[in-house]
Amino acid sequence: MKVSTKWLNEYVKVDDLKPEELGEKIERTAVEVDGVSRRADGQKKIVVGHILECVPHPNSDHLHICQVDVGDEEPYQIVCGAPNVAAGQNVIVALPNSWIAGHIKIKKSKMRGELSMGMICGLQEIGFPDAVVPKEFADGIYVLPEDAVPGEPVWDYLGMDESIIDVDITPNRGDMLSMRGVAHEVAAIYDRQVSLPHPTVKEDASSKIEDLLGLEDADQELVAPYKLRMVKNVTIKPSPMWMQKRLWNAGIRPINNVVDVTNYILMDYGQPLHAFDYDKFDSKKLTVRLANEGEKLTTLDGEDRELKATDLVIADGDRAIALAGVMGGEDTEVSDGTQTVVLEAAIFNSSKIRKTARRENLHSEASQRFERGINVATVQEALDAAAQMIAEFGDGQVVSGTLEINHVDPENVDVEIMPERINKVLGTALTDEAIVGIFEQLGFGVAKDETGTLTVSVPPRRWDIAIQADLIEEVARIYGYDNIPTTLPTMPLTEGHYTKAQKIIRDARAILESAGLSQAISYGLTTELKAKRFMLDEAEMTQLDFPMSSDHTTLRMNLISGLLDDVAYNQARKVNDVALYEQGRVFLREKDAERPNDIEHIAGALTGLFHEATWHDAKKPVDFYLTKGIVEYLMNSLGITDGIRYEATAEYEEMHPGRTAKIYVNDELVGLIGEVHPSLAKELKIKPTYVFELDLQKLIDLPKNAETYVPVSKYPEVTRDIALLVPNEITNDQIVESIKQNGGRFLADIKLFDLYQGEKIDDGFKSLAYTLVYRNSEGTLSDDEINQAFDKVVKKLQEELEVTVR
Amino acid sequence: MNLQDRLEELQTEGLAAIKAANDTKAVNDIRVKYLGKKGPITEVLRGMRDLDKEERPKVGALANKVRDALANAIAARLNELEIEKTAKKLEAEKIDVTLPGVPVKAGQPHVLAQIIDEIEKLFLGLGFQIIEGPEVEEDHYNFEMLNLPPDHPARDMQDTFYITKKTLMRTQTSPVQARTLEKHDFSKGPLKMISPGKVYRRDTDDATHSHQFHQVEGLVVDKNITMADLKGTLELVAKTIFGEDREIRLRPSYFPFTEPSAEVDVSCFKCGGKGCAVCKNSGWIEVLGAGMVHPNVLKMAGVDPEVYGGFAFGLGPDRFAMLKYGVDDIREFYLNDMRFLNQFSQKG
Repeated sequence: MKVSTKWLNEYVKVDDLKPEELGEKIERTAVEVDGVSRRADGQKKIVVGHILECVPHPNSDHLHICQVDVGDEEPYQIVCGAPNVAAGQNVIVALPNSWIAGHIKIKKSKMRGELSMGMICGLQEIGFPDAVVPKEFADGIYVLPEDAVPGEPVWDYLGMDESIIDVDITPNRGDMLSMRGVAHEVAAIYDRQVSLPHPTVKEDASSKIEDLLGLEDADQELVAPYKLRMVKNVTIKPSPMWMQKRLWNAGIRPINNVVDVTNYILMDYGQPLHAFDYDKFDSKKLTVRLANEGEKLTTLDGEDRELKATDLVIADGDRAIALAGVMGGEDTEVSDGTQTVVLEAAIFNSSKIRKTARRENLHSEASQRFERGINVATVQEALDAAAQMIAEFGDGQVVSGTLEINHVDPENVDVEIMPERINKVLGTALTDEAIVGIFEQLGFGVAKDETGTLTVSVPPRRWDIAIQADLIEEVARIYGYDNIPTTLPTMPLTEGHYTKAQKIIRDARAILESAGLSQAISYGLTTELKAKRFMLDEAEMTQLDFPMSSDHTTLRMNLISGLLDDVAYNQARKVNDVALYEQGRVFLREKDAERPNDIEHIAGALTGLFHEATWHDAKKPVDFYLTKGIVEYLMNSLGITDGIRYEATAEYEEMHPGRTAKIYVNDELVGLIGEVHPSLAKELKIKPTYVFELDLQKLIDLPKNAETYVPVSKYPEVTRDIALLVPNEITNDQIVESIKQNGGRFLADIKLFDLYQGEKIDDGFKSLAYTLVYRNSEGTLSDDEINQAFDKVVKKLQEELEVTVR
Repeated sequence: MNLQDRLEELQTEGLAAIKAANDTKAVNDIRVKYLGKKGPITEVLRGMRDLDKEERPKVGALANKVRDALANAIAARLNELEIEKTAKKLEAEKIDVTLPGVPVKAGQPHVLAQIIDEIEKLFLGLGFQIIEGPEVEEDHYNFEMLNLPPDHPARDMQDTFYITKKTLMRTQTSPVQARTLEKHDFSKGPLKMISPGKVYRRDTDDATHSHQFHQVEGLVVDKNITMADLKGTLELVAKTIFGEDREIRLRPSYFPFTEPSAEVDVSCFKCGGKGCAVCKNSGWIEVLGAGMVHPNVLKMAGVDPEVYGGFAFGLGPDRFAMLKYGVDDIREFYLNDMRFLNQFSQKG
């Protein structure tokens, strides 16, 4: 809402305050202020000019050469290209060396050989947005009133020197969506008095509205009150200059004396009005009702709209003629030929208006006010003021009487509150007098009874106030948030600690960071295709009802897809080496469930080099086993060491069929690891990439190793190495399992230290070499003990698996 | 030549040879040559048989002296040579200490996680619990329980990604407030919680808007909580995140779930409040929203607003990080460029 301080000053004295200070005060006490400015800011030397002579430019088919009186002794010659320029006009002249809007300097120049001493301007050139420029001047220069004095600055003629405070009204302060509401607020802030003019209507006794127009009863729920007045014998013409200035300074385009008055009253009282052309009614009988499903209406903006049964309409007989509170209809629009005007003032059901406005994307000044509330006390006054003004500006007469249904008597709302309650919530020590003073400043009535309870009587213009908390807020604001003390809560001690699950989640992140992976945070919303890849468990997909972009339509069901997007983003920017992890939620929905479950996952993606080559070390490219090492480190660090199994899988079409494993703990699937399928990598434009994803929730729920201390053995370890020739199909797991089974009680560890395939080995075979570590914490191991144990391992290996000891 | 002279001569000769010896082998050869069983000193001792009784002890003593002198000299020389050898070896082992060290591969927490972590630690220290709620919420908790009935105009303040009529991507972390208030047993003590997490808005992504961002919601409910306590708590947050010298100020605002409500500004950490580009010359930067819990919110959660009251606040780690580090495009946080992520590596 754009508030002109000049207009405001008519209602409450503010001309002794600097507009910027007033703006700051409003911001600190009421609502946010987006800025304080004058349209003339940054512009210089723009004056009234009177065109004495206007002849076509000899070297142009559209330019004119004008001799313009700008108050100097001699007229200035100015070349002008506007189609509407003519002798006798008073116009806006930017003199040589003037500044116009957009920080543009105008200089003396030659245009097609003719001297031009400045420029004749349209409103847009001096800072008026297209949206407020009257239609007749939209494509040319603006013509000033006849009494404008050549040479005088244009500022005052156009209201450009008025300070405009742009206030950003929060939804609770609909009362400030009017000049009168702002005046009340400013009066409260500065403890001043408002002086508001109230209209007197001169009615024409010769005609009564009841004789001309009918109004059917309507549901109280839909509208209350609904009022109509009529003005007859109106001549449509531009409204007076003072009103046009107020409108465009408020951001509204002047149109004609009828429409302008309705807009002016809207800004003044916050009461939306609608004007119909009486002669365009068929039945002369109006109804407020819900629309019929599928009913058609062409609104003022020329749009054909198909209505829903929840829309509120005004109907003339059977025909809908306006979308109530949102926009009027084209059929009954006031136009140049209108003679009899029907004016509507009402308070419509706010939630109906909101629904319609949202669906039709028609957030008008009117609908915004109906949604946020209307002052029930000024519906009639606003209607009267409008009717009177239209009669005055259009040389017509107000028909006597108001047609009304669902009358509402404006009543104050009484709220009781103890002053202690206010101090208790705010942490202040305000006296009763100070509190009463604040309520009086706000224009509320206050009565105190023998118990000390205050009864605060709130007028209808502050319909946002109904409960104690509302009053407490008013006291806090007016007293000043800055004046409230600063303390810390005093209360019983509470303990702050992470839950076990929170600790595991945060530790898991730190573990991966220490393993060299950086944390990524990708988008939770992705495409359908990406959401469905790399899934651990089956689940239903969840999609947005009305997405904003095709890239974010579906809730992710894995983290790897997001990480691959990140890899692609990096590699597209020549960052080839990427090691990222993400910890976050995936959204898995059970069949027929409405809401998916948020499940904590953790995933990683590695590509390129893990280490670059340095002068000291060779490069270390990422591969499956490096990735697996990270997963093992993570699980071990989280205390999960037993029952882990990596099972090769070829069932993921997005994964390399020979380099992918499912990860099981105690036969429960907890994760996935492997290389992204080369064709998917190609599609995503990424280099070979290894990924893993773990269901972190499952890891959280798993039983953990008990953290116990095992004394370090005083006796030395003994090792034995064994090299095996093994057919390719036999896995490391099989061999290790066999060694474990048969290793005896002193076998403490098994380490694979060599894997060889190549020239010296037959095709289809590989050589694996292990170190077996034996340990006894109670005594020195004898050679015999070890040899016996080792021989058993060797023997069993050969029996159980087709291996040869080399 | 008598034996004494011979011994003197051997000593002089031997010492000279030892001095001249350049390596361990030469020294050892000298040892064998002079002190060995077939060496000249042994020979002299053998020749003592022919001496007078009186002469014998003198020559014997001298011979022992010469032998000791030579043995000591040999030991000293060997030691000297060992030191020389070590010095030579160390000299050969010399490296260029200015060559770069071997890089340590360490990953970084995301800058947003760092900010959230900092906030979590602050509030854990103040005895708050951390409670996280679902990112896919029910309209009931995201709006209705927060005093935002259907068709409330304030719903326009947040464009929402709906999944069904009743299910949505949460637009704020505030629903966790409602869920926790509903469950909390106040007979066991006050409720002090923060709730960090992701939120979603139906917005077009650009430099200052992201359809996904983070929030940390805070809530304290007990019998005697005041707006002054809210100010004190927020001041602590501002000082922790933005520096000890920061001040805060509150401005009236509107959130359906608090009343009074406030926008909270922190004094500009770039210019200290004098006015600069970061604070748009105002000296203040808007950093969070807060207020006293609305009685309707308490009532709906089954908490008696006549007895209990409290404050709530919500802050945006994305905005904090942008301000703190001068990141001018919010999308950077979700694109995960390694060069971006790894910049925020300073600890402590």
